[in-house]
Amino acid sequence: MKAGVVIFPGTNRERDIAIALQAVSGQRPRMVWHRDTDLSGLDLVVLPGGFSHGDYLRCGAMAAHSPVMGAIRRFAAAGGYVLGVCNGFQILTEAGLLPGALLRNASLRFLSQDCHLRVERADTVFTRHYQRSQVFRAPMAHGDGNYFADPATLDRLEGDGLVALRYASPAGDIVPEANPNGSARSIAGILSPNLRVMGLMPHPEDLVDPLMGGTDGLPLFAGMAEALAA
Amino acid sequence: MTAREVNPALAREFGLSAEEYDRVMAIMGRAPSLTELGIFSVMWSEHCSYKSSRVWLKQLPTTAPWVIHGPGENAGVVDIGDGLAAIFKMESHNHPSFIEPYQGAATGVGGILRDVFTMGARPIANLNALRFGHPDDPRTRRVVDGVVRGIGGYGNCVGVPTVGGEVNFHPAYNGNPLVNAMTVGIAPRDRIFLSAAAGIGNPVVYVGSKTGRDGIHGATMASAEFDADTDAKRPTVQVGDPYTEKLLIEACLELMATDAIVAIQDMGAAGLTSSSVEMAGKGGVGIELDLDQVPQREAAMTAYEMMLSESQERMLMVLRPEQQEVARAIFEKWELDFAVIGHLTDTGRIVVRHRGVIEADIALDPLAEQAPLYHRPMVETPKPGPLGEVADPVGLAAALLTLIACPDLCSRAWVWNQYDSTIGGQTVQRPGGADAAVVRIEGLARALALTTDCTPRYCAADPEAGGRQAVAEAWRNLTAVGARPLAITDNMNFGNPEKPEIMGQFAASIRGMAAACLALDFPVVSGNVSLYNETDGRGILPTPAIGGLGVLEDARDSLGLALQPGLELVLIGTTAGWLGQSLWLREIAGREAGPPPPVDLMTERRNGDFVRGQILSGQVAACHDLSDGGLLIALAEMALGGRTGATLTDTPAGVAPHAFWFGEDQARYVLAVADVDALLAAAAAAGVPTMRLGYTGGVDLTLPGGVAISLIELRAAHERFFPAWMGS
Repeated sequence: MKAGVVIFPGTNRERDIAIALQAVSGQRPRMVWHRDTDLSGLDLVVLPGGFSHGDYLRCGAMAAHSPVMGAIRRFAAAGGYVLGVCNGFQILTEAGLLPGALLRNASLRFLSQDCHLRVERADTVFTRHYQRSQVFRAPMAHGDGNYFADPATLDRLEGDGLVALRYASPAGDIVPEANPNGSARSIAGILSPNLRVMGLMPHPEDLVDPLMGGTDGLPLFAGMAEALAA
Repeated sequence: MTAREVNPALAREFGLSAEEYDRVMAIMGRAPSLTELGIFSVMWSEHCSYKSSRVWLKQLPTTAPWVIHGPGENAGVVDIGDGLAAIFKMESHNHPSFIEPYQGAATGVGGILRDVFTMGARPIANLNALRFGHPDDPRTRRVVDGVVRGIGGYGNCVGVPTVGGEVNFHPAYNGNPLVNAMTVGIAPRDRIFLSAAAGIGNPVVYVGSKTGRDGIHGATMASAEFDADTDAKRPTVQVGDPYTEKLLIEACLELMATDAIVAIQDMGAAGLTSSSVEMAGKGGVGIELDLDQVPQREAAMTAYEMMLSESQERMLMVLRPEQQEVARAIFEKWELDFAVIGHLTDTGRIVVRHRGVIEADIALDPLAEQAPLYHRPMVETPKPGPLGEVADPVGLAAALLTLIACPDLCSRAWVWNQYDSTIGGQTVQRPGGADAAVVRIEGLARALALTTDCTPRYCAADPEAGGRQAVAEAWRNLTAVGARPLAITDNMNFGNPEKPEIMGQFAASIRGMAAACLALDFPVVSGNVSLYNETDGRGILPTPAIGGLGVLEDARDSLGLALQPGLELVLIGTTAGWLGQSLWLREIAGREAGPPPPVDLMTERRNGDFVRGQILSGQVAACHDLSDGGLLIALAEMALGGRTGATLTDTPAGVAPHAFWFGEDQARYVLAVADVDALLAAAAAAGVPTMRLGYTGGVDLTLPGGVAISLIELRAAHERFFPAWMGS
């Protein structure tokens, strides 16, 4: 798997993503500066977490207009795989590659804690090493992770099976107490119609080493590495 | 600003005494210009000159074989092995954080980050030691909310994990909270960047944010007491931009991988003035600045305003001239200002030009060497009388449920959960999981253990004992995770040094700290002094906050405090049942009285070295040092942390149950072990006192006498305060 990690000014979880990718593929990903537009040779492009351009406008709004985003649109249209985590998810929605928006957390506070995610479909490149309905743990760290879309869009996402992950209790129940940021229908991660673009708010890349408290996030990266192995 | 006449009255307004102004006149041989007066006043402020504290700070031990740079640089540097150095410091932002809590705390984090990455280190962890007023004071909630948001807002955005710290409440901080921020970074041992300028003619380069009118005279404000007009000081608080700081970190580290930099220093307190004066002064050279070249955010700024601005996220560097364009390209890539604003000279003077006029021309040597130094009068704090017998009004179970819920002992999750503690993917022990945070160094087995500690109520009752205790507790917290303690940074927060009783507190705290540092091989490598922490004449509790750093050869050896089932509990150390200044005494008996627990440094060392040895040899499953609230609080925290109950033995004869279970005797730890006989034998061989405390398992904490408290009830009490108080 040849992976690229995009760095916008203010991106700050690129090292975490690189560690996770290297753990499963044995190779360091290519770091792609936001002004670069050459994605040739890549199987996967990751947009990591952070505060691109300070998030001083809406989160991700300015990054969505960076030169690299045109290249990513073409990459996705040509069937390339794109993963957006946290700020990367926000950028994908701002760029129109995924529907909806990420609003301020319902509590109006930044939340850094572990959450539990229920896998809604396991037949994608991103989730294939999990089982359907499996619950895994992941750290989250965001102030704007409250997924929002109009009811028709939400119905379409659910009807088309494009909800990848939902916030759940450790037992897998979808309940308000287990929805830390108030996301619509407890949505934590969604897919594009061709299942090749995924965005999610939590950080599975920070739970890939038993020493850091677990390896719940590892299957996401291992699945991609296996599916996209050259 | 209209031109102002320079006279003794203006000097006084700038914080210079009449004698200090006379000294300025003698050095200059004439009346200074407004800009020159501004430069003298900030360089000679308490904040920049340490004029009241320097004579005492010299008593602190600052050397050890592993110390690379002690106090005097932007931060302390210690050798941690594998060719690496840890660079760290703690610094206060107390005054701004009361005036404007969000920005005050945020810029405190930003400032301490710059002190660390300016030396070439990538920051890998932030901590913060916070002291707030009583929760019932109407101002406290607003301050807590703003400070926590500010620390999170800045640290989360720059992408440095906030992994630890402490939060205390006391009415003495009602009008004067303390915000002490600590940053730890890692650099190759042979790639440390210093601030001494060198090379006559070399360019002086300004990078980072533009200069505005914010924070003018911030260092002077930080050197004065608060009064009813404090709100009018809000314009002296700086505004932080963590996004620019993040770019600045990346750009500086990219530049530091080249050999372009001769010297570098951040523009912190007193901004362009202190950075240029200190860099030239340390290098024994002169410096000439052309302020027309300074990137400016606002129109028509005067020389005085530019020299005294404390706009954030700015650095000053001296570059090798042939590398200047390499450096410019890096900063332009990161979309940061880059401007050559002057050069080094051989005159030994700082000369400041603006619009063709020389606005300042000062000889650097006398500015530094004739800075005021005060041996201020002092009186020793009277020793408190003995506490005497204190009856137990409520019994163990009720006291436990009250104490575990009180603001000083309850869960801090509401605070931690607003700080990103996992970014970087190296956080081995997260907040609350162990006595110290543990952060692995990316790509290596090695890890750092980090803590902040101080017990201000001990320091108020007996500053010398409190100073010893603060250092000893930091050492103990590092030990309890299995780390070898290496060095500390200190943040000395005190009241008005012109009052003899405050200077007495300061001097005694230093004595106690120095004794502990010596006995524990735990030198001070950096620090910060914050005086005048008073509002309307009332001082804070003396608070010498200690930031401790230790090293683990292998992160896998680090230990948390969470209990697991099927283990035996053993107390290390002796328990007289010391209730003086304990939280039990304050929260249950309603008294703050008596002497604080004595700290026997030889016992600390013996017990701690034993515990660390047992942890590193794999004999221990969980460890917690004993501090606020004593033995039963520690056991309750261990049970909650591991979601595992415990059954405790009877209270030993000869000590009252409440004194045994809630006394705050020092040099103690609780260990949970699988092989209790092996541990007891090893302790006996080492001459370390032990006592079996019971065993783990089940869903209750069962107290002596058989009263069982369910962990559900205990957790509900522990987690109640912050969400209820802050309304979320």
